[in-house]
Amino acid sequence: MKKIFILFISMMVLKANAQNGKYETAMASTLQEFGQVKDANSLAAVELKFERIANVEKDKWQPYYYAALIKAQLSFMQAGNSDALADEASELANKAVAIQNNSELSCVKSMIATAKMLVDPQNRWMQYNAESNHYLEMAKQQDSTNPRPYTIQANNLINTPEQLGGGCKTALPLAQKASALYVEFKPANAFNPVWGKEMVEQIISKCR
Amino acid sequence: MRTFFIPLIILGLFTAPLTKAQTKVTGLVTDLKGHPLHGVGITLLGTYDGTITDSTGQFAFVTLEKGDKIVEAKIMGYTIKQEKVVLGTASNALINLHFELREEVSELKAVSVTAGSFAAGDKKRAATVLSALDMYTTGGANADVTASIKTLPGAQQVGEQEGLFVRGGEGYETKQYIDGMVVNNPYYASSPGIAARGRFAPSLFKGNVFSTGGYSAIYGQALSSVLLLESVDLPEKSEVSASITSVFLGAGTQQLTKNKKASYGFNYGYTNLTPYFALLSQKPDYFMVPQFQTADANFRVKTKNGGMIKYYSTFGTNQLGIRNADIDSLNLKDAFQLKNINWYNNITWRENLGKGWKLNAGFSFAINNDKIHQQLQDANNHSVVIGMPILDAKSFQLNNQQSYTQFRAVFEKKLTGLNVIRMGTDYWYNHQNLRYNNYTSIINNHYNAYFAEADVHVTNGLAAKIGGRAEYASLIQSWNIAPRLALALKTGKHAQMSAAYGIFFQTPENNYFIQYSEKLPQLNYMKATHYLVNYIKTTNLQTFRIEAYYKQYQQLVKTIPDTSTNGYGFAKGIELFWRDKKTFKNFDYWISYSYLNTERNYLNYPQTLQPGYTTPHTFNLVTKKFITSLKTGFNFTYTFATGRPYYNIQSVNTPPKYVLADEGKTPAYHNLGFSLNYLPNLGKPNAKTYVVWVVSVTNLLNNTQTFGYNYSANGMNKVAIHPPIKQFFFIGCFLSWGVDRSQDAINNNL
Repeated sequence: MKKIFILFISMMVLKANAQNGKYETAMASTLQEFGQVKDANSLAAVELKFERIANVEKDKWQPYYYAALIKAQLSFMQAGNSDALADEASELANKAVAIQNNSELSCVKSMIATAKMLVDPQNRWMQYNAESNHYLEMAKQQDSTNPRPYTIQANNLINTPEQLGGGCKTALPLAQKASALYVEFKPANAFNPVWGKEMVEQIISKCR
Repeated sequence: MRTFFIPLIILGLFTAPLTKAQTKVTGLVTDLKGHPLHGVGITLLGTYDGTITDSTGQFAFVTLEKGDKIVEAKIMGYTIKQEKVVLGTASNALINLHFELREEVSELKAVSVTAGSFAAGDKKRAATVLSALDMYTTGGANADVTASIKTLPGAQQVGEQEGLFVRGGEGYETKQYIDGMVVNNPYYASSPGIAARGRFAPSLFKGNVFSTGGYSAIYGQALSSVLLLESVDLPEKSEVSASITSVFLGAGTQQLTKNKKASYGFNYGYTNLTPYFALLSQKPDYFMVPQFQTADANFRVKTKNGGMIKYYSTFGTNQLGIRNADIDSLNLKDAFQLKNINWYNNITWRENLGKGWKLNAGFSFAINNDKIHQQLQDANNHSVVIGMPILDAKSFQLNNQQSYTQFRAVFEKKLTGLNVIRMGTDYWYNHQNLRYNNYTSIINNHYNAYFAEADVHVTNGLAAKIGGRAEYASLIQSWNIAPRLALALKTGKHAQMSAAYGIFFQTPENNYFIQYSEKLPQLNYMKATHYLVNYIKTTNLQTFRIEAYYKQYQQLVKTIPDTSTNGYGFAKGIELFWRDKKTFKNFDYWISYSYLNTERNYLNYPQTLQPGYTTPHTFNLVTKKFITSLKTGFNFTYTFATGRPYYNIQSVNTPPKYVLADEGKTPAYHNLGFSLNYLPNLGKPNAKTYVVWVVSVTNLLNNTQTFGYNYSANGMNKVAIHPPIKQFFFIGCFLSWGVDRSQDAINNNL
């Protein structure tokens, strides 16, 4: 059976350092809300908030990034609607890339490709697995200090059977690499993504 | 409009008291029927403000914005709607809106016309019936397209000649198309009594549609069925491949250019059954062991406007020579020898012409030469002349040269929603030069067709395909008009019903046009009228389908008393299909059952008879199990078919006529096929070579399979037709460098 892996992205609640602008306030509160969502319905509501912010702030890639990230997550979660949601996520990610192409967005594109693949692995493996890996490699090249491409890769592998090259044996070194990168990683902007640390720590503790 | 009370829970969110500057926007979103829509995004355009509708379709938000603004309601699958509002005025502190959204007719939700067909490879719909990977992993099918298709309902288990015998139709009544271009010789040439393999490997195709009736007006000259194959576009990566097997060796490459806009490839394969027969104690009397050589090349390039040009060419030769005991004598043998050369070329061009217009154009050219030589031989394999015409006629020389040319253009215009109109034309030219001993016959046929079709989507739940086709064949010298109609109605979330009607024409096979006397035979188009209705329920992992049909045949070829098209017949039946990847973990299976009731009066039949290639009941069970820890897939296919009728139709001289001298029924047919795929490098991330081992056995239980009987001319001798090789064993190693083909198998485990 398909093992649909859902990325539980727990958000580190940001401490807005005296940012009182309209954008900063909206982002901070929406991110906080994102960190506390419990179900798909509230996730969809948060996604819409990011989309509304993104559609006003045409020069900021972050709100589109979060909207795309959540849409990708929704695609993993809503089996019957995965394809359409992944397509919408892809549209949002492309809008963000048009503002700035960076490592974080390549990570999201990789996740979207994985979501597309999981709809029909039998017939889509060849195309979308290659695409997913392509974006992960691109993400590593764009920023070698970003722990998230390694986090996603480790998460993909921990959910792949051992006989097929997954499991702890291959996932653990990547999780450890990511873990080391998290220590050093400093987001360039207060609203840049910081998620993933807990995820790799879970993999590490599971594989020990 | 009714006034809706805002639930307290929503009001509770806004604890701050309304001030004059604030406006509260509330409302309701429903579909056109008044059903509330949940999860609709509500946006005050140009601002951060907005919300999402709850499960009762209601929304509420507070905004500090002022002036003329637009509120937008947006949800996937519905047309976006906007309302103008004026904010910030004291008189308008509370605004109530009602959005009624119209559902969009979308490809995902809309019904598709499925009567009569099994489709695979449609990327937009996940549920596919028989993908290329399925064809490689169907036990006993030996990666043959036709053998795999035979596990679907509708096809008969005919093992003594090639072709898909669908719903009471002959093998030649099924036509194969590659990218819209007809393929006239889809199988290797073979000797009588042996079904040959198809020329085209499943991996050449990204999609296939097997239609057992009621198909679109885009396709013609197929009385019973069409198999539509859609070739792959650009490969994912460059690769080099090689195969080493018990019966053939092959090597090839597929190269993708750096800009990923074009690709080219070559393959060569050589098959020789000598080593295989050397290992077997029991073997047919081959004096020329079957040998095949095939070479193919392809070139594909993307065009500027998102179109594509594809060229595919395959060249093949094959030969065999086999001796069989002569049926009309005691010690004599018929030594049959065949040499075949086939060259097939197919160029297609698909282009976006702008303004919703698309073009699909194609050109194909093929030649097929058969050289057949049969000799009557004595016990020591020497040629003999007996002096009796009935025996001496068995020594003959037949040289059959054919060429086929086709042009085709289909224009497609996308209208609103999913509505589409298509129109196009087909031109085929067939030239045949047949030399039988010293007698030469030349046949030329120019065939023209014009067709048009409309896909009409009334709603997401109701669709129709209406079309027609007009054809003219120079051999017949008259036009025919073939209307087609199909309807589909959604009956549930994953279920739909379809119905189809159509008239189908096919020019009789060339051999009926051979001019034996001064007068050219005056033949008409063979004609079939299809009526069918089906019900399909499908989810990603399960498919259930039931279909019932009735077909009427008219103008079939009769060969007595003269060659004419006065034959007729009917076929009716019910078919079931069930595929399930869900119930058992890592286990995929499908079941198909066909019931067929058919009779014809055609060829030399003295009366209406059930044709010898048909049987009432056919059952298939196909199972696939991948065991991850062994990196191996195990595939079994069990096929059961009730016995087939056989006849001895004899000619008597006084008065001259044909009579049914003998008849009977063959024993039931059982076949258990097995295949195993072992992927030793599966999951090794650094493996440079990708390896797939395949082991396969047909007729694992070694059942005796009888396809019918041949009679001697006097009717005294009756010889069963069995496969020349009772069981076929195969072991092969397929290697590739570049693309991890073994990853194909992972799918079962994700």
